[in-house]
Amino acid sequence: MAANPMSQFDVYRIGPEIKVGALDISFTNASLFMILSTVSILLIFNIGSKKNSILPNKIQLLAELSYTFVSKMISDTAGSKAKPYFAFIFSLFMFVLFCNMFGMIPYTFTVTSHIIVTFVLASFIFIGVTVIGFIKHGFGYLKLFVPSGVPAVLLPLIVVIEIISYLSRPISLSVRLFANMMAGHTMMKVFGGFVISLGIVGGWLPLSFSVALTGLEILVAFLQAYVFAILTCIYLNDALNLHH
Amino acid sequence: MVKKIYFQSIFFNLFFIKEAFAAESGGMPQLNPEFWVSQIFWLILTFGIMYLVLSKLILPKISNNLESRKSQILENIEAAEKQREDSDAKLKEYDEIISKSKLEANSIFTQVREKSLKDIGAKREVLDKQIDNEIAEAEKEIDALRKNAPDKINKIAIETSSQLLQKLIGAEVNNSSISAIVDDLSKRNGDKYYGN
Repeated sequence: MAANPMSQFDVYRIGPEIKVGALDISFTNASLFMILSTVSILLIFNIGSKKNSILPNKIQLLAELSYTFVSKMISDTAGSKAKPYFAFIFSLFMFVLFCNMFGMIPYTFTVTSHIIVTFVLASFIFIGVTVIGFIKHGFGYLKLFVPSGVPAVLLPLIVVIEIISYLSRPISLSVRLFANMMAGHTMMKVFGGFVISLGIVGGWLPLSFSVALTGLEILVAFLQAYVFAILTCIYLNDALNLHH
Repeated sequence: MVKKIYFQSIFFNLFFIKEAFAAESGGMPQLNPEFWVSQIFWLILTFGIMYLVLSKLILPKISNNLESRKSQILENIEAAEKQREDSDAKLKEYDEIISKSKLEANSIFTQVREKSLKDIGAKREVLDKQIDNEIAEAEKEIDALRKNAPDKINKIAIETSSQLLQKLIGAEVNNSSISAIVDDLSKRNGDKYYGN
């Protein structure tokens, strides 16, 4: 690895160049880690759901705890109407979590540290939630931008603010995840570089920082996956149960 | 189609941002659009397959497992509850039997006791009567003896005194005068001899 702390985010082609028309869909290290994440998710949950014993073993317990964790998160934030979207939010949470966690292994690539990946996920959520909102409420969904109990004088301003905040949802959602992952990994790389440059004498301090940061980053990896999923639930709640 | 245009517009916007970043530093690899299409393609492919497999195959199984466990646990609890109730009923029955038999034993005991007491009383009465009879008879006999005794003694005294007088004076003595004297004496001294 190069000394440049940003070089860990480089995407490079693995194998030959694959082109469909003008589009380059070559297999890259990002693709590799996406596949690794999804395959490990499917493997763990497949093993965890295979045997149905009354006293679950460790993998079964893991799978069932994740299931109840996500299902509780959805029912707490979006209510029972969000049940049909459980599988999507579960997949989303697990995908982000596993991509983040794979990124914590040294010399790996963090899929979610790329804005394009998080932005595709966030815009898919944004478009999906908007479509669901219009299907459920018709044009009544636009009432989302008109909060109740606001003086008529302020209404034009509030509506504009609400529309801007609604439209910035995919950006905030994607940038939050991407920036957290990128900043954390860059910082770890920078501290790792300090360990090398300060050597055996002065390297201990940045090393201890690095160790602490690793713990913090694992927490952030989980937390950002959770935040990503719970914000999706909140947006879904807006679309399903129009509160305003 | 709409989605495609949407992504292409984002693509171009970020492309311009990237130009701005590239000028000042080595640049963020994230803003290099070279592999964006590839990343989008692989993301949709892997995430889509994972979503399909999870939603169609794995998650229903997990929910099924959870449901069946829940129902089985409920069933077991119900069965345990039922067994507990059964055992409670059995215990009650047992207690009832025990108390009933205790009462029975008690009543039998008192009955037997009363009967034996009655028997004893009857026997004692009979015996008492017999004893009383015998005592009364003995008393009668004693009374008769006592009544007869002074007469006999008087007779003996009269006879012996008449014979004594005959021997002493050699003449016949009127028995009746002697008997009057003896009677008179015995009456006077009767208290001394018989303690009446």
